[in-house]
Amino acid sequence: MSADIGADVILGIETSCDETAAAVVTGGVHVWSNVVSSQVEIHAKYGGVVPEVASRAHVETIIPVVDEALDRAGLEGRDIEAVAATHGPGLVGALLVGVSTAKAMALVWDVPFVAVNHLEAHLYAAFLEEPDLEMPLVVLLVSGGHTMLILMEDHLRYRVLGSTVDDAAGEAFDKVARLLDLGYPGGPEIDRLSVEGDPAAIAFPRAMVNDGWNFSFSGVKTAVVNHVRKFPETPAADVAASFQEAVADVLVTKARRAAREHGASGMCLSGGVAANSRLREKMAAACRDDGLRAFLPSQAMCTDNAAMVAAVGWWRLRADGPSSLAAGADPSLRLPGH
Amino acid sequence: MNTALHLRATTTSVAATKAFAAALAAELRDGDLLVLVGDLGAGKTAFTQGLCAALGVDVAVTSPTFTLANRYEGRLVVNHLDVYRLDSPAEAEDLALSELLDDGVTVIEWGDRIEAALPVQRLRIEITFGPGDDDRLIGCDMVGDTWAGRFGDIRAAVGDWLAA
Repeated sequence: MSADIGADVILGIETSCDETAAAVVTGGVHVWSNVVSSQVEIHAKYGGVVPEVASRAHVETIIPVVDEALDRAGLEGRDIEAVAATHGPGLVGALLVGVSTAKAMALVWDVPFVAVNHLEAHLYAAFLEEPDLEMPLVVLLVSGGHTMLILMEDHLRYRVLGSTVDDAAGEAFDKVARLLDLGYPGGPEIDRLSVEGDPAAIAFPRAMVNDGWNFSFSGVKTAVVNHVRKFPETPAADVAASFQEAVADVLVTKARRAAREHGASGMCLSGGVAANSRLREKMAAACRDDGLRAFLPSQAMCTDNAAMVAAVGWWRLRADGPSSLAAGADPSLRLPGH
Repeated sequence: MNTALHLRATTTSVAATKAFAAALAAELRDGDLLVLVGDLGAGKTAFTQGLCAALGVDVAVTSPTFTLANRYEGRLVVNHLDVYRLDSPAEAEDLALSELLDDGVTVIEWGDRIEAALPVQRLRIEITFGPGDDDRLIGCDMVGDTWAGRFGDIRAAVGDWLAA
């Protein structure tokens, strides 16, 4: 292998779900290019991601997306010093496309391959916009597939404090949106409609809010169903706003308690649901009240992207060295220590 | 030939719905297909959690809505699917169902959406809302000859919850 683990110019590849993404990052923080090709329109007719459809779309787009990432960075293949790809968790067929592409490129260019955990990548998204973030940091990772509360003590050193026991936060948004006949994805639709509604109109349950670190969003979903069945005349905007308030309340209350108990210097959002405006407001307000630093990444960094994968590749290469080319996709990969 | 035998049960809490599913799990075998039907919030995922726990699955069973399919290893393998997002049996072709059904117990939430694409032999479980917020009516249809032959055993297993 010509490049050693000091490799600095990293090509990141991300195909765990419905975004085909490639990026070039140097030094673990400097983003030279960050290309994302979304399949949202392809999946909208299904109201969600259909695995086989996703895999096929990744196969078609991965090479053009990598080419564009190199182009925008003004680089060629031979300039890349390591290739990092998400190998889990996610849809197995989708992950395989990115992992196989990355391994092939690493072989051809004779550079290290690094298999990256998608959840760890989300933890690093914030550092791309704020390289000097102080730790310990409480990270709330909220997306369509995950809801996790994580204490990041240092680089590559963190603890999962809690996660969902049933529905992910983003999933609850999608389901309630469907119940209210709103579009897909449900998060932005509920966010939009909630602006016109009263968040205090209905007191939906805040499950497990003061109890441990895990989350449960199945109960609030059922409560919304029960309410709509009993009071069909309630304006949808009030239902949406009250539901959103309940979810944001639970998320922020727990994160805030975690920050206090673990002496964190700040709190950070990550994942697709981090784009929710009410969640961002409440997070910012909680940090202001508690004298913590709030870090609310841009939408591009909240949602799936390959820059965060390349960043983790940079860190992991230094800590663990290259991954084996025998490393496969692991659809149910967890965070270390969880 | 389609023969269907019917059982009706009632539960009054999420815990009872899980216990009902656990009792039913004792009767399940490799290759069984369970179709779960019921509105949002009826308790389909809770039912599956009870079933998986009884089958010795020791990891958290969460909703598979996002990825459509989860696979758990217990006394039997459990394939947990959620086809909420699919609107027609034709869309189910992308799920590679026949491969899944070869192995373990397959539980399909919102399975009524793709019923035409499913094998005849199946246990159809419909959960509906009862009078109180936590009350549920659970209807079980044993569809197809092999399930019909197991009617007596299943009725005995879930006897505690059967409606009068």
